[in-house]
Amino acid sequence: MIPAQFQYAAPASIPDAIALLKSNPDAKILSGGQSLIPLMKFRLAQPAMIVDLNNIGGLDYIREQGGWLKIGALARESELEDSALVREKYPLLYDTTLSVADPIVRNRATLAGNLAHADPANDHPATMLAYRAQVVATGTSGNRTIAIDDFFQGLFATALASDEILSEVQIPAPVARSGGAYFKMERKVGDFATAGVAVQLNLDASGKIEQIGIGLTNVGLQALRAKRSEDALRGEMPDAKWIERAAMFAQEDCEPNADLRGGVEYKRNLVRVLTMRAIEKAVARARGNG
Amino acid sequence: MNVTININGKEYSDDVEPRLLLVHFIRENANLTGTHVGCDTTSCGACTVLVDGVPMKSCTMFAVQANGKSITTVEGLAQNGKLAPIQEGFHEKHGLQCGFCTPGMMLTSVAFLKKNPHPSEEEIRWAISGNLCRCTGYVNIVEAVQYAAEKMAEAQNG
Ligand SMILES: Cc1cc2nc3c(=O)[nH]c(=O)nc-3n(C[C@H](O)[C@H](O)[C@H](O)COP(=O)(O)OP(=O)(O)OC[C@H]3O[C@@H](n4cnc5c(N)ncnc54)[C@H](O)[C@@H]3O)c2cc1C
Ligand code: FES
Ligand code: FES
Repeated sequence: MIPAQFQYAAPASIPDAIALLKSNPDAKILSGGQSLIPLMKFRLAQPAMIVDLNNIGGLDYIREQGGWLKIGALARESELEDSALVREKYPLLYDTTLSVADPIVRNRATLAGNLAHADPANDHPATMLAYRAQVVATGTSGNRTIAIDDFFQGLFATALASDEILSEVQIPAPVARSGGAYFKMERKVGDFATAGVAVQLNLDASGKIEQIGIGLTNVGLQALRAKRSEDALRGEMPDAKWIERAAMFAQEDCEPNADLRGGVEYKRNLVRVLTMRAIEKAVARARGNG
Repeated sequence: MNVTININGKEYSDDVEPRLLLVHFIRENANLTGTHVGCDTTSCGACTVLVDGVPMKSCTMFAVQANGKSITTVEGLAQNGKLAPIQEGFHEKHGLQCGFCTPGMMLTSVAFLKKNPHPSEEEIRWAISGNLCRCTGYVNIVEAVQYAAEKMAEAQNG
């Protein structure tokens, strides 16, 4: 399949890229291309211009700074997978990365692209909701920080302006007794989620849940925060009764559609089961035995 | 646009449209038809090549993005007429039937064995999970990769 014609630019700096985006409203940013190029081949996307970020140096960092894990726009999924820092301190992110697509796609795909694409089937949006992450948008007038709850605005829609680049993802560094986990049901490697659940939490000194974030993948027009489930668990001991209750809320509050991956009732039940498993795993990890 | 891409140690220059996919540059401009197009939708891995040593699906990258980069295709595996260990492995262990997936399987495996020279069976299966084979059932492919790993370890230990 051959994409429609387009003009190609591969600027060497972010300001140059922004200038190109500003003067070409029909331009599209290209990062890993693992979502955009397939769309262009199907001609579901026909941008007049491609602004390829891959020639911009220094955007592939993964580092902790000032209480945040900061991930540059060109850090590939495979680099997250190979990072000891991510594996040891950010198990929810690590789980999620491993569940995205397949190893070859991950050599190219970026976390920033996964969020900017805002496909409800993408795995990272729910995880970023659970982390209460934020993203940095860089545009003509500099940087602005967008809280993740304000970032996703429906199917394939985000708070980014057409001349803004998602330049960095920021995840809060975990406090003591933190744990997280991502559970995804997929039909085979490389498939999008039938449903997925991301949980990040921390326990207080007495073992009660202090803070908790729960995000749901592919059971709505965008990644969903399971707010009632979070509220139900905050301040409680993570015992079976409360976990089951929270999972029941997630089952009720998600908004799945029937498709080839399953019917509505099946998906709701799946959300319930995955929510229980993800909370249990996150709690085990917070206790240091996950 | 003018691009120059080094494929298997040889430079290929051409004037191409930005929309030309890397796999088509390799097959049609460089006439190296060992790289296959299977699904054309980023799913099967038949088109996998190494870009600066990293496996990539060449149906999901534009040729202009490979400008100035070094690519290895299946034609670049054998050296001086001698099969590479991974090729020998696929031959000895019957790691192919129709052979359509084989170039991609081998290139993925070559990069993987460089990172992980002594893999477990599970690690091999995980590493090739982006390459689909419709014929073999994977058992012999895994054995072929294990064969190559052993062969390379022997060569190293002299
Ligand atoms: C076979 C296959 C299986 C897949 N399976 C999964 C899966 O299981 N889970 C999953 O989550 N995803 C999956 N994906 C999708 C893919 O991995 C992600 O969508 C990908 O990570 C997007 O990142 P990218 O860097 O490739 O973005 P691109 O394709 O380059 O861009 C995607 C979109 O985001 C915009 N964009 C990219 N970067 C930026 C930026 N820095 N700032 C602003 N806008 C930007 C682009 O303009 C475009 O609209 C799969 C893809 C394939 C091909
Ligand atoms: S042809 Fe490229 S992944 Fe199938
Ligand atoms: S040998 Fe036929 S597809 Fe793998």
